[in-house]
Amino acid sequence: MIEEPNQEVKILQGNEAVVEGALAAGCRFFAGYPITPATEIAEMMAERLPPLNGVFLQMEDEIASICAAIGASFGGMLACTASSGPGISLMQEGVGYAAETEAPIVVVNVMRGGPSTGMPTAPSQQDIMQAKWGSHGDYEIIALMPSSCQEAFRLTYRAFVLAQRYRVPVYVLSDEIIGHTREKVRIPQGLAPVERQKPRAEKKNYWPFKAGPDGLLDGMPAFNEGYKLLIDGQLHDEQGRRAAHIPEVCARLTERLCRKITIHREEIYELETAFIDDAEMVVVCFGSPARPALRAVKEARRKGIRAGYLKILTVWPFPVERIRDLPEQVHTLIVPELNVGRVVHEVEHATAGRKEVLSLPKLGGLLHTPGEILEAIERRNR
Amino acid sequence: MNPMGEKYLRKDSLPFLWCPGCGNGTILAATIRAIDQLGVIDDVALIGGIGCSGWIPVYIKADVFHVLHGRTMAFGTGLKMSDPKRKVVIFTGDGDCLGIGGNHFIHTARRNLGMTVLMVNNQIYGMTGGQVAPTTPLAAKTKTSFFGNPEDPFDACELAKAAGATYVARWTAAHPIPLSKTIAEAISHEGFAFVEIIAQCPTQAGRLMYGISDPAAMLEFLKGKTIPAQAAQNLSEEERKGKLIIGKLFHDSEKTEFSKRYYQMAASSGKGD
Repeated sequence: MIEEPNQEVKILQGNEAVVEGALAAGCRFFAGYPITPATEIAEMMAERLPPLNGVFLQMEDEIASICAAIGASFGGMLACTASSGPGISLMQEGVGYAAETEAPIVVVNVMRGGPSTGMPTAPSQQDIMQAKWGSHGDYEIIALMPSSCQEAFRLTYRAFVLAQRYRVPVYVLSDEIIGHTREKVRIPQGLAPVERQKPRAEKKNYWPFKAGPDGLLDGMPAFNEGYKLLIDGQLHDEQGRRAAHIPEVCARLTERLCRKITIHREEIYELETAFIDDAEMVVVCFGSPARPALRAVKEARRKGIRAGYLKILTVWPFPVERIRDLPEQVHTLIVPELNVGRVVHEVEHATAGRKEVLSLPKLGGLLHTPGEILEAIERRNR
Repeated sequence: MNPMGEKYLRKDSLPFLWCPGCGNGTILAATIRAIDQLGVIDDVALIGGIGCSGWIPVYIKADVFHVLHGRTMAFGTGLKMSDPKRKVVIFTGDGDCLGIGGNHFIHTARRNLGMTVLMVNNQIYGMTGGQVAPTTPLAAKTKTSFFGNPEDPFDACELAKAAGATYVARWTAAHPIPLSKTIAEAISHEGFAFVEIIAQCPTQAGRLMYGISDPAAMLEFLKGKTIPAQAAQNLSEEERKGKLIIGKLFHDSEKTEFSKRYYQMAASSGKGD
C-alpha cells in the first residue's frame, strides 16, 4: 500500500483515536474522571495536553468534569470530557446546562452495558436514547457514531466543528469495541484547528442570545473580553436576563434550541451506503454492528441476494428523510443494534409503515456475527 | 441611584428578587465596593449558584455565570484554568456550597485553586421556602425539621481550612464595611479564599427558627452573637460556645496557587524527564 506523504499512519485504539481527533481539532481542555472503558482517553489527554500548554484535570467526579468543561468553553477554550455508563448519567445535568446556555462542548461516551454499573468491560449501544433524552426538558443535541478507529478520529474532529457551529453539546457515541480495538488510523497532517467565530456585532450592542433567522447565535465571545456576558441556566431573553416568568420568551427560546438543530439537519446528516441501487433489503446500522453488517451484505450479494447497506454516522438528529427516501424496491429494513431494540423505532417511524422493519437486537456484551445478520437477510429472502 | 449602582449594576435587571430585609443586598453592595476599590471589573468572572444568594452576581455588569445547583466551583475551575489571569468570584449559599456542592467545595479548596468563594449562610434553604440546611442549628425548627433539627451543623470555615483553603474569614451582613475590605483582600489573595457571610433571612430563618421577622432586630441579634477573632483567642471553649467568631481566621500566602503550579509543571513537561 502506498502511504500518502501528508498523513501519518498510526496503530491506535479507538480511545486514542478520539484523543488524536480532539487535539487536531484544537481541543485544549479536558476534565474527566476514571471509568472503564473510557479511561484511556483521560490517560492520553493527561500526557498530551500539558506539553501543548493545554489543561488536563482529573476532577472529583463526572458532574464536576462536565461543568469544568463548560466553564472552560466560556473561558475561551475548546473543551471536552469523556466517560461511560454511570459517569454519563451523572453528566446529564451538565448536558442540559450546555444545551440551554448554548455552550459548545464535546462529550465522548464509550458505551458499556447497562443499566447501573452494568457490564463495565463489555460494549453496548444502550445509551443512544439517553444521548437524546438524558437531561430534563426539551432540547436537541447532536450525536455521532463511529464504527472504526478511523471514524473515531474523524468524527471526534467533526464533533468540535459541529459544537462550535451550532453552539450545542455534541456526543461522540463510541463503544467498548471501538474504544479498545487497535487498527490503522490515518491522521492527515496540517489539519486546521476548529475556529470559533467571534461576534460580528459591536461589543456594546452585542446580545449573547440574539439569534439570526437560522436560529444560530452571532459567534461566541469568551469571558473577560469586554462583552459583560450574562450566562444563565434559567430560561432567558436575548440579553441573557432571566425570563422564567415571561411565557412567550421562554417558549421562543425552548423552540429555538430545538429548531436550530432540526432545521440544519441536512447539513449535519452523514451516512454511507453500499449496494443500495437495486437492493430489496437494507441493513440499517450504526457503530460497531456496521462492520459485521457490511460483511453480511457482501456475503448475501455473493449468494445472489439483493441486500444493501446503510450506515448512519449521525444518529441524532436522526436522518428520517434518508430512511424514508430509500428506493421503492426496498421492502425490508434490518436494524442490528447492541440493545433491546431502540433505534429500530426511529427507523419504523421514518418508514411510516411503508416497509417492513426487522429488529435485530443483541444483548450481553457481544457483537453480532456476520452470520447472524446474514441469517436474518436470508430468512427474509425466502 | 447611588453612583456605584449607576456604574456597576445591570439596571434593566432591577428590581432585586429578594424579600424586603434580606442580607443579599448588603453583600452585593460590599462586593461592588471591593471590585471598585481594586479596579478589577473587567477581570472578574462572577459565578452564582442556585438559591437566593446565587442571584447576587446576576445584577452586576460583569461577565457572569449563573450555573447549576452546587456546581459553582466546578464551573469556576474551568474558567480559572482556561485563563489564570481571571479573578473568579463565587456566590454560593450554605446549601449550595455545603450540601449539594460539598464535594466540589472540599476538592477545589484542596487544590488551592485561585478563586474567591463568598458563602452566604442564612442557615436555611430560603428560596424553596424554609427547609433544613447543613448549617441549621441543632434542634431548630424548619419546614423539614418539623420536630427540631436532629443533625449537627457544619462549621464551614473549619471545613474550608481543613480542606486546604489558604484564606478563611467570616463576617455577617451586619458588618458591611469590614466585609467589603475582606472581599477585596480575598479577591487579591492568589489561592483559594473562603469568606462565610452570615446573613439574616427574615422571611424563612427569622420566622421559622428565631421567631423574629424584623430585619433590624435580626441584625442586632446577629451582631450580639459575634466575637472578633482576636478576642476569641483568649476565650475558653465554653465561652465561645454558640458564638460566631468573626474576622480573618486563616491566611497562608506561601502555598502556591493551583493554576500557577499547573502551568509551571506543564511548561516543563516533556523536557527531559
